[in-house]
Amino acid sequence: MNSELLNEFTFFVLAVFVGIEVISKVPTMLHTPLMSGTNAIHGIILVGALVIAAGANSPVTIILGLLAVVLATTNVVGGFVVTDRMLEMFKGRQTTRTQEPVQPK
Amino acid sequence: MTLVYALAYLLAAVLFILGLKQLSSPKTARNGNFTAAAGMVIALGATVPQLHFTGAGAIIILIGVVIGAAVGTVGARQVKMTQIPQMVALFNGAGGGAAALVAVAELVKFGPHPSLTEGLPSVFSIVIGSVSFSGSLIAFAKLQELMTGTPITYPGQQLVNGLIAAAIIGFVIAVLAIASIPFSFLSLMVLALILGVAFVLPIGGADMPVVISLLNAFTGLAVAASGFTLNNFALIVAGTLVGASGSLLTKLMSDAMGRSLGNVLFGAFGKVQTAAGAVAGKEGRTVRTGSVEDLATLLAYSQRVIIVPGYGLAVAQAQHAVRELADLLEKRGVEVNYAIHPVAGRMPGHMNVLLAEANVPYEQLKEMDEINDEFKNADVVLVVGANDVVNPAARNTPGSPIYGMPILNVDEAKNIVFMKRSMRPGFAGIDNDLLYDPKTIMLFGDAKDSLTKLVNAVKAA
Repeated sequence: MNSELLNEFTFFVLAVFVGIEVISKVPTMLHTPLMSGTNAIHGIILVGALVIAAGANSPVTIILGLLAVVLATTNVVGGFVVTDRMLEMFKGRQTTRTQEPVQPK
Repeated sequence: MTLVYALAYLLAAVLFILGLKQLSSPKTARNGNFTAAAGMVIALGATVPQLHFTGAGAIIILIGVVIGAAVGTVGARQVKMTQIPQMVALFNGAGGGAAALVAVAELVKFGPHPSLTEGLPSVFSIVIGSVSFSGSLIAFAKLQELMTGTPITYPGQQLVNGLIAAAIIGFVIAVLAIASIPFSFLSLMVLALILGVAFVLPIGGADMPVVISLLNAFTGLAVAASGFTLNNFALIVAGTLVGASGSLLTKLMSDAMGRSLGNVLFGAFGKVQTAAGAVAGKEGRTVRTGSVEDLATLLAYSQRVIIVPGYGLAVAQAQHAVRELADLLEKRGVEVNYAIHPVAGRMPGHMNVLLAEANVPYEQLKEMDEINDEFKNADVVLVVGANDVVNPAARNTPGSPIYGMPILNVDEAKNIVFMKRSMRPGFAGIDNDLLYDPKTIMLFGDAKDSLTKLVNAVKAA
């Protein structure tokens, strides 16, 4: 095992503990936004998609790269926006906005 | 310069961790999402200058980002609140698919004989990412009702799924050791896509949130594996954070339903019970229905009212109507609270989100443990489009599939009003004795419709 791999493995193991520790106490009502927020964070795969797309030089890699960038960008942008939309709703009465019209079915 | 990029990735990782931390508390949750988004911007900003573009590369990145951003924004903005669960599934599937494609592209670059440290994480990422992609699409289809929400099972299903998994392991070995089969990793991808579908098919619609959460954790791990392949610190840390926290969240969600994760994933919940429920419904027991005016009087002259919202409220978009009713009752001096079951609606927290949209104050939203002792003091409990989460069978019928699930003690109240569209059983597909209870009055119809009528009647009362 070379030292770079060892470093990476160390980060991996530590991140497992941090990931578990950091959300250990989350109220039920935040489960959905939290899931959505973590969903946006794994959109970091866009970094990987950019790396492979930038170097694309054959039809196969061009198609793979394009698809990967589209999917990863959708994940990042959609993930953060939809999470924000959910959390926007969590407001107390003191910050009452103008009443939104009830959505017609 | 490398140092700057490395530090930027470190900063991004720190922001992700802080973001997650903030997301776990109601006061800071929205900032948490911004914090994580800032981390994302920094990570991406540190990546772009490091790229070595080919001509085609620059173009496809530009096109890809524009399309992805448009799809993501429009999808997230246009989606109705009730459809958010399936939207999250779609975004998650996109991430999983991206992780798998990145790994395929890397394997193509490595050539036919990747070393174990290059090959193993790539193959892992392909398999897990593809399972997440196709599984998420099925979860979406089930929640969007593009296909039946009931579990799809057939004899020998577990065996078939086991065989698919075995074939995948075989291909993994082939790719890593022999690697002479052309497009072996594409075959691997196809097999993994099939496994994702086969894995989610037997799981009922009610359990989709848990599945989405699990697939979310899967995508995180696939992203981390891609990080090993690309030697990218940001991918490893962020992906692992999501994998770990997502796994814990999945467990918390199934705990809230009072079931083990194994039971959720392999129990085909809601399948057998549908038949049992149908039989029980034929016993010819009678239910009591009430007029809107009677119910309005009952509510207006109560002291304590507890509202139990469920998925029916979400479907009918009745959150504003229910708040209007609550406001009206409060003006008359009635104490109104909302009892939120951990899995009410289609996702944990679903009801909180909806009621918050209607500006229902936090303080009135009570979690199950907080309010369960209050039901016996309640004059009226108004159950709006909920069913399984108030079914006493969970407490007193050991044979029932929901036996052991924590429920709201609605049966202890003095009067119970059920607003339902029909006598149809809830997601779990089982009959609810509470509907036949002498204390129970049924008000059939669309929840918003019924509530609006009730509001007018209370005004007149």
